[in-house]
Amino acid sequence: MRYLPLTDTDRAEMLATIGAPSIDALFAEVPAEARLDGLIAGLAHHQSEMAVERHFSHLARRNMAAAHHPFFLGCGAYKHHIPASVDHLIQRGEFLTAYTPYQPEIAQGTLQVLFEFQTQVARLFGCAVANASMYDGSTACWEAISMAARITRRKSVLLSAGLHPHYVSVAQTMARFTGDVVESAVPDLAGSDWADLAARVGPETSAVVVQYPDIFGQVEDMEALASACQAAGALLIAVVTEPVALGAIKSPGEMGADIVVGEGQSLGVGLQFGGPYVGLFACREKFVRQMPGRLCGQTVDASGKRGFVLTLSTREQHIRREKATSNICTNAGLCALAFSIHMTLLGEAGLRQLALVNHTKARRAAARLTQINGVALATPSFFNEFTLSLPVEARPVVRALAERQVLGGVSLGRLYPGINALENGLVVAVTEVVSDDDVEALATALEGVLA
Amino acid sequence: MNINNSGWKPELAANDSNGDAGVATFTGNRALMLDEPLIFEIGSNATTGVDFAACDARHDLGALARTAPINLPGLSEPETVRHYTRLSRQNYGIDLGVFPLGSCTMKHNPRLNEKIARMKGFGDVHPLAPIPTIQGALAVIHELAEWLKALTGMPAIAMSPKAGAHGELCGILCIRAALEARGETARTVMLVPESAHGTNPATAAFAGFSIESIPATAQGRVDVAALEARLGPDVAGVMITNPNTCGLFERDLKRIADNVHAAGGYVYCDGANFNAIVGRVRPGDLGIDAMHINLHKTFSTPHGGGGPGAGPVVLSEALAPFAPLPVVETQGDDYVLIEEENAAESHPQAFGRMAAFQGQMGMFTRALAYILSHGADGLCQVSGDAVLNANYVLRSLEDTLDAPFAHSGPCMHEALFTDVGFAEGFSTLDVAKGLIDEGFHPMTVYFPLVVHGAMLVEPTETESKAGLDQFIGALRSVAERAKAGYPTLKSAPHFAPRARLDETQAARKPVLVHPLISAAGKRITSP
Repeated sequence: MRYLPLTDTDRAEMLATIGAPSIDALFAEVPAEARLDGLIAGLAHHQSEMAVERHFSHLARRNMAAAHHPFFLGCGAYKHHIPASVDHLIQRGEFLTAYTPYQPEIAQGTLQVLFEFQTQVARLFGCAVANASMYDGSTACWEAISMAARITRRKSVLLSAGLHPHYVSVAQTMARFTGDVVESAVPDLAGSDWADLAARVGPETSAVVVQYPDIFGQVEDMEALASACQAAGALLIAVVTEPVALGAIKSPGEMGADIVVGEGQSLGVGLQFGGPYVGLFACREKFVRQMPGRLCGQTVDASGKRGFVLTLSTREQHIRREKATSNICTNAGLCALAFSIHMTLLGEAGLRQLALVNHTKARRAAARLTQINGVALATPSFFNEFTLSLPVEARPVVRALAERQVLGGVSLGRLYPGINALENGLVVAVTEVVSDDDVEALATALEGVLA
Repeated sequence: MNINNSGWKPELAANDSNGDAGVATFTGNRALMLDEPLIFEIGSNATTGVDFAACDARHDLGALARTAPINLPGLSEPETVRHYTRLSRQNYGIDLGVFPLGSCTMKHNPRLNEKIARMKGFGDVHPLAPIPTIQGALAVIHELAEWLKALTGMPAIAMSPKAGAHGELCGILCIRAALEARGETARTVMLVPESAHGTNPATAAFAGFSIESIPATAQGRVDVAALEARLGPDVAGVMITNPNTCGLFERDLKRIADNVHAAGGYVYCDGANFNAIVGRVRPGDLGIDAMHINLHKTFSTPHGGGGPGAGPVVLSEALAPFAPLPVVETQGDDYVLIEEENAAESHPQAFGRMAAFQGQMGMFTRALAYILSHGADGLCQVSGDAVLNANYVLRSLEDTLDAPFAHSGPCMHEALFTDVGFAEGFSTLDVAKGLIDEGFHPMTVYFPLVVHGAMLVEPTETESKAGLDQFIGALRSVAERAKAGYPTLKSAPHFAPRARLDETQAARKPVLVHPLISAAGKRITSP
């Protein structure tokens, strides 16, 4: 077997050193009734690299890859162009095959990356501090809700109807077991509920959670809502699922959000059918000891050189056990690295340009698609993603578009099944990878399907 | 550009204790060992390493348009490649050498897996694409699920948890949901052995259980009598790691499981150490109700400097109805995704959703490629060689290092030693730092907590005998220095990119981000 270096001669010599007659004898401590007396029946035996690759090539062909089609899907996962050097660098074995940096003297590479990542995320979100990443945006969102409850000692959270329905579902699931009270509403296309949330926030409210841009792509100023939260002693949690947007629009931190979390997949990570992604988590400095997850901090070594370590671990499970701020153990190290490299390649100038290209292409696409008879724009103010109102139910349209080899968007029927008021909605994301030909292909296919 | 931004003064080298003959360099670098500034010290907001087609359009964002600077420095592509390449060289990885970190299963990460995960048909597929367009992706999830069920002897599985601790949470929430469905809300106590990973009590506490610790015996296993004495109508279940964190098989697990079930509770098994028994023992045969599988341990997906992981959870018949959404199933020749909208009929008791989308697909492809490469026969050899390597280390070093459980028989996949016999003032930490100078990643130290001065060595099956012999020689030498009280060991490592770091300072006044300095030299603080 190609991954196993021991030869039979090695094994015999080692068994002699140990004083055991066979490898099986080393399992003598396992009760006989628990030991299998042969290989598990019905399972295949080992295969060559070539055979395994062939198997996967066959399966991969049964999926429609974004790169091979006009592609307009978003709703929490976006296709952006990832520079070739990102994937090269994250595959360096010193990054790829390293462990959590618990021995900082030989993990400064990972640690400095995390310190740079934390700084990038904090600046992007307009916050004082950020952590070393979470599993993904949806779990980061729940961790923020949980953190707000610890800080305010209140247990009632208001979720905006514009929050990604999977994020809502995660929060509702977790709250069921923690006793937090989660209030959420089904959205409509008539406009956001932020003014309503500002009116409802009260002395029992731990936090208000809004998404920016929201699930339909709509962007809106959150300053009034932030003031209302502050007046009520509640925290404002902003969720950003498309960080590229922040190259064009004000950061939530600038507008007064207390905790800003997000999905970092857009930069460096890729679609990957939903995971692994990278959760971003930033907040005000005064909340740092209530943060979940790993934190990297700057310090010096014994000879006075600057260095980095994991710090404030007294919040974490391996020290605090049942009193930890979260049970989280890993971060999304390699995805955070990919995010950070992509952000370094872009820099502020590149990020702003990327955002401008996205916004411009999205506006052009919206203009073209709303020329189609019966198709209207439901989100007047958007960044790179907008919602169209179709004259018919959108979900079958998306499937029909796929049959015409166009991946045309996410239907609201997929996200909000059974809600009649939303069933004609189609969320269309337009990033820099979308060409004018792609937009024309979508428009033509949509005209054909609606005809 | 200042090439020495770290604050380290070259002239200090003449007096340092690093044993490098007092030779100072202008830069502070040492040939291939290059210090690297922060991007915030070398980049600028105006620099970018990405080219865009000309776009002279304007934003249409009104008052929301971003006007204030973000202060994200950029680098050109060559500078970017060099920055991260230099940083990478300050890291130790499996690719470089023996990485015997107990409880972490640092085995070789096959590059075929990386290639497969990056196939366009997997890496470039959207999680919300129409189901008929993602049949291959769902097929991978289904095929991996079938393998994991067969290897563990369990009837059901939840694939979506994103890491080991997330998998633990999934299993414990299944238990909570099952108890609620039975109307047994008085069962609020989770029993956790004191040798458990810290995630176990943290997870159970998060799920609303109170934790009671179960002691270990002098032989390094769960004290069965103490555990059974605690069972009762208030106990929800027990979390047991098998093989345990002392590197030993919990021989009485079947009996424990039977008794816990008889008392109305459930058995959660922490599967972190599944690598020791894969292909030889099915945890399902021992009566457990749930076990997470760290794909980044047993099934070789890369640790990536701390994630991403993946933690699918296998479940017993009793817990299967409560598994979270989404679930991949077959309908005729097609694969379907059971989500909130279509769960009512087939999965009415599902406890909810743990994360957006369908789980760690990029880890599923890698893990399945690893499993198919080995097959049932290869996986059996994996656990055999892992246990062989650990016992070889144990028996090669028990004359030098105290091995508290060595007398009771073979270990499983990891060998446990202690600091007994070290000179006054010398600890396992000193041995760890000494091993760094010898070119090895240290073993796990100070864990498990039940053994004072623990050193947990997990070589894994992907180490050669020659590599192990070298490691054994190095550990023997360092241990002898610790016993003899060599002062240079206290200041190790001497040859790493950094000497020992001041963790107290880091925690006392945390510096978690690089400060922004205004043109006037003033620190700009965010809210």
